[in-house]
Amino acid sequence: MVKRILAQCYIWVILILMYLPILVLIAFSFTTATNVGEWTGFSFDLYSALFKNDEIMTALGNTVLIAVISASVSTLLGTAGAIGSYYHNKRVRKTIDFVNQIPIVNAEIVIALSLTVMFVFCGTYIFRGNIFSFWTLLIGHVVISAPFVYTSVKPRLQQMDPSLYEAAIDLGATPTRALFKVTIPEITPGILSGFLLAITLSLDDFIITAFTRGSGLLSGANTIETLSTLVQAKIKKGPIPTEMRALTTLIFVLVVLVVVAISIYRWRRAKKAKTDNAARARKYAK
Amino acid sequence: MKSKTERKRNRKASIFHFRRRDLCIPYALFLVLFVIIPIVIILFYAFTDANGNFSFNSLVSFFTTWSKINVLITSLFIALQTTIICLLIGYPLAYFLASKKYNKNTVLITLFIAPMWINFVLRTGATRDLLTWMGINGGNYPYLATLIGMVYNYLPFVILPLYTAMLKLDQSQMEAAADLGANPWQVFTHSILPQSVPGIMSAFLMTFMPTMSSYVISDTLSEGKITLFGNYIYLDFTNNAWNDGSFMAFIMLVLVGLSMLLNRGGEKTDERGSSGLW
Repeated sequence: MVKRILAQCYIWVILILMYLPILVLIAFSFTTATNVGEWTGFSFDLYSALFKNDEIMTALGNTVLIAVISASVSTLLGTAGAIGSYYHNKRVRKTIDFVNQIPIVNAEIVIALSLTVMFVFCGTYIFRGNIFSFWTLLIGHVVISAPFVYTSVKPRLQQMDPSLYEAAIDLGATPTRALFKVTIPEITPGILSGFLLAITLSLDDFIITAFTRGSGLLSGANTIETLSTLVQAKIKKGPIPTEMRALTTLIFVLVVLVVVAISIYRWRRAKKAKTDNAARARKYAK
Repeated sequence: MKSKTERKRNRKASIFHFRRRDLCIPYALFLVLFVIIPIVIILFYAFTDANGNFSFNSLVSFFTTWSKINVLITSLFIALQTTIICLLIGYPLAYFLASKKYNKNTVLITLFIAPMWINFVLRTGATRDLLTWMGINGGNYPYLATLIGMVYNYLPFVILPLYTAMLKLDQSQMEAAADLGANPWQVFTHSILPQSVPGIMSAFLMTFMPTMSSYVISDTLSEGKITLFGNYIYLDFTNNAWNDGSFMAFIMLVLVGLSMLLNRGGEKTDERGSSGLW
């Protein structure tokens, strides 16, 4: 019992320490002082200032757009790649598995640099101009996230019963139809977690974005700013911009909501499994 | 025996109908174009001089310039320290979280992972502002501030693989050891620790390399006073020293290759090693 309490204390102390910087930002999002640690009276001014700040709003929009687009592309490419390689011969499968592993373990700065060097190279010798744009940025984001989609879809394919697909073919389905009606539904959990992972990676990315971006998206003719690059440019010069504290609070609230939703979902599923088991037990008892 | 029409249909099928394995073609092309070719280009720059002739200039300059070696050693040292601190904090934490005896709340693990969903540059800034408020700023303690920032950022990456490893612990083996007279310490060293090696391995890989090459954390928290390998490569490229920068990227690649080999060794003991990471 004492051990249990000590363990719980340890867990909660670390948890609070981990959230401390964010919690402090949240606390100071209700005051307008420039530095964290100064309190100049309670107000919601930062929140209204946040929505009037075009720079931050543009960066936020860009970040979300890039995350959704790059995660969708990564999910398509990665899932198709995983299905294709799984049904290919062993040599091809091993090769793709190996190359797929490279961006996962490689240092982000090396990925970013090698891509940038290649884009500069192509720009000089093939396209005769600057090719840095939204498209190069998109490629960069897909390079870091598609391999994770691939690795999260792969185990689902391994768990799948191969006779299901064959049964569909034997019953007259075309391969395309069998793929969409049998394979895809079976691996959907893997695809979904891959998609979420891709979104997370894209939202969080700084180095790849900083290297491969050009003009475009909501930034128009200017260089694309995402939340990461904008915050980095600001914190290089001074404390976190005051409006960003309000933004952090909003992001935090969103994250908490997601966590609550996940736990409700898990709790319901566990409860359902319990009642199902009980029902089954009663049935067999009869 | 197949009838003639059936054979015809089959041949037709092989030409016009897609086969499942063809689905990997776009992804394979993508990997070649944007993973393999860029790495080849980096290798090309690493072993040529400014005129594009084959040379070992960058290699020689790297191993004879003390400042570059110094950056490498500092980065390795900080990365090692960060990883060890994260493991020391994360290992008991993951054990408590995964053990039914100490914790029945499954939401807690999600809470430990949740900081990853808040932008990491923002989190780094928050950590710095808090540390500055507490008096530990880049001006006074650049090394300490960087280390704290690193641990803050990489702790979730250590907790998650360790937690998945701990969930797979064989409870009956531990109980058997205790029944046969092992004291708690012996149970730990002979049963828990060996079983969690794959988790420690992937936690190490998730932390070590990213720490070495990280750019934002050290730059922000030490206020530019501590230069890690990642910063150095970045600086070389912004100064147009592409060959030298590429050679340093090549060294990073070698280290990555070594860690991939390590990972392979780990996977042999546990097939689900890499997929269990997430």
